[in-house]
Amino acid sequence: MKYLIKGGRLIDPANQLDDLMDIYIQNGKIQDLLPAAPRRTDRELTDYRIIPAEGLVVTPGLIDMHTHLREPGQEYKETILTGAQAAVAGGFAAVACMPNTQPVNDQRSVCEFIVSRAREARLAKVFPVGAISIGLRGEALAEYGDLKEGGAVALSDDGHPVMNGQLMRRAMEYAKAFRLPIIAHCEDLHLSQSGVMNEGPTSTWLGLRGIPAAAEETMVQRDILLCQLTGHPLHIAHVSTAGSVQFIREAKKKGLPVSAETAPHYFTLTEDTLVGFDTLAKVNPPLRSREDLQAIQKGLKDGTLDVIASDHAPHSSLEKEVEFEQALCGLIGLETALPLTLQLVHKGLLTLPQAIAKFTTGPARALNLEGWGQLQRNGPAHLTILDPFFEFQVDVQQFRSKSRNSPFNGFKLKGKALLTMVNGRIVHNLLFQTLEGS
Amino acid sequence: MPFSRHHLTGMKGLTREEIETILTTAESLKEISFRDIKKVPTLRGKTVVNFFHEPSTRTRTSFEIAAKRLSADTVSLSAGTSSLVKGETLIDTAKNLEAMGPDVIVIRHSLAGAPHLLSRSVKASIINAGDGMHEHPTQALLDLMTIREKKGTLQGLQVAIIGDIAHSRVARSNIIGLKTMGAQVMVAGPPTMIPPHLDAFGVEVSYQLEEIIPRADVIMMLRVQLERQQQLLFPSLREYSRFFGLHPGNMKKAKKDVIIMHPGPVNRGVELHPDLADGPFSVILDQVTNGVAVRMALLYLLLGGERK
Repeated sequence: MKYLIKGGRLIDPANQLDDLMDIYIQNGKIQDLLPAAPRRTDRELTDYRIIPAEGLVVTPGLIDMHTHLREPGQEYKETILTGAQAAVAGGFAAVACMPNTQPVNDQRSVCEFIVSRAREARLAKVFPVGAISIGLRGEALAEYGDLKEGGAVALSDDGHPVMNGQLMRRAMEYAKAFRLPIIAHCEDLHLSQSGVMNEGPTSTWLGLRGIPAAAEETMVQRDILLCQLTGHPLHIAHVSTAGSVQFIREAKKKGLPVSAETAPHYFTLTEDTLVGFDTLAKVNPPLRSREDLQAIQKGLKDGTLDVIASDHAPHSSLEKEVEFEQALCGLIGLETALPLTLQLVHKGLLTLPQAIAKFTTGPARALNLEGWGQLQRNGPAHLTILDPFFEFQVDVQQFRSKSRNSPFNGFKLKGKALLTMVNGRIVHNLLFQTLEGS
Repeated sequence: MPFSRHHLTGMKGLTREEIETILTTAESLKEISFRDIKKVPTLRGKTVVNFFHEPSTRTRTSFEIAAKRLSADTVSLSAGTSSLVKGETLIDTAKNLEAMGPDVIVIRHSLAGAPHLLSRSVKASIINAGDGMHEHPTQALLDLMTIREKKGTLQGLQVAIIGDIAHSRVARSNIIGLKTMGAQVMVAGPPTMIPPHLDAFGVEVSYQLEEIIPRADVIMMLRVQLERQQQLLFPSLREYSRFFGLHPGNMKKAKKDVIIMHPGPVNRGVELHPDLADGPFSVILDQVTNGVAVRMALLYLLLGGERK
């Protein structure tokens, strides 16, 4: 199928492009990018399906580099198919999925299973993240070479911080051989202990054990020092505190190969959301204070935080409709990450190209994803069309995800993805009715 | 003064007028406990379920006696006898109870927020009888009643709460209640047991008992739980009792009309010297007596009170 996406505002931060363009697509590739002009093109248009994009924004296919797809092992919460459906509905042409499945993605066969499941789904591209340590136990290195051959694009023990500094050092050294960046979940488990929310006035009054900001920040510091020691690229996951932002800012100033992400809940919600013991807003790291939220927004603005990722973490009512301290951490975000980010644009805190970069150039660079994060002639046609002014109310019952654990239900938001294309194939489409068959 | 609440999940949110109403009602109901026949028919035909998911002697007995003195039928469940041990969720247990039509469910639970979870899923009135480290509103109300009885007012009083503030639901509920009623609150204890950000709520924090005892009109001691020693919160009971316990030595400079309170059970010789627990300043047993009156008042007010 050939497509002509006509008259949209193309924002491609990687190529510093922000202009009205016509995009010609053929055989899954970008055939041509031409300034949108009223003149007739000399190209023969009969074969092209014309996608009218006037008034809309066209971007390189968005990437969510931090998700949990739960398959294999917890298919009652999410599968690779339903996760990919949620992804494309949220505008994401690609996702990276964390290794805390059952079995853990610490071996090639699990990686290959995920890749093949994603291929069957034929929706979003799925990039597996392999484990740093076998079983996420923080004791022995997983087989990074094998994982890479199986499709892994990075390594992380997400959710299970690597407490052993020596193991983290060896992981960063050994990963160099395979050019696999390390994604760090920074949390000192002794400091966070049995905490269930941010340590602050709210935890004091709710009588819930707090997790101090220092639990995250000490490990951000350690991992930056190990990055300096090993010279290996480090990506810091789900930054939630003002102190972390500052440490990362300083590390970047020193020229260290550090990148960092935050998630929409950290720039949208604060610990006060938990006052009624709302388990849907229980996440790790926890929602923090207003000052932290503002520092996160500032970090996004000045580029300290390169990436926004959803940390999509599906749970069923079994894990959430229980006592607060027993509820599991996590919320689903694939279908709200982009709209919540666009609220920062509407508030004037980020420009639209800056916001787009957090889902395109940011993750593509952090994960070295070739062909992703930009649009260029003869490159693969992964793209997203969004309407930044589309107004809607979040309704979890409409989600494609198998789970419903979102604290954003009922939020009135402005901005939504209307079309997602992967390899020249439309995988999500609110623009016109006929979804392309397989 | 009408009382229109359906649940009592905490002291937080109660207005001064509502607290006044509860205390005044309790004061008038207290007399029933001193009659020959300690029973009135006010709540005949009402059912009160005492759902105690954590061990308790004092609070549970107090609720049971309070309900019986008002002629309500009472049923008691504990963690051991409920289906929770068979893996049923809290919400399911509550919904099953609800299906049997109780009017009030009194819940004690080891986890914060459990009464809030219940109040969202059942129609019966929920009374929080202590949830984790969060709140214990009926304890605070009986403490307020006792202070008012002994001192005449709460307004402007200096109240010192001493001990493990961080892990104490009694401290939280009392701080909220006392501040609402216009009292000044000071807390003291080892720094590891003082939660952060108390000052933001207008609570004075001290780590030296000698600093606050001379100014206190009321001293409220908290129970120190022995397992806290393993959590790196203090080095030994010996040191704790010497520096953070109340004993005749550090009471020398106390006001002559000070009262000493304790929510019980007391670790004699740890946070409170036996001579003080049994001495003239102690109002510990008055607290227990008033506990029944306050719980009678709450059952009465939540079940309709003056509307009947």
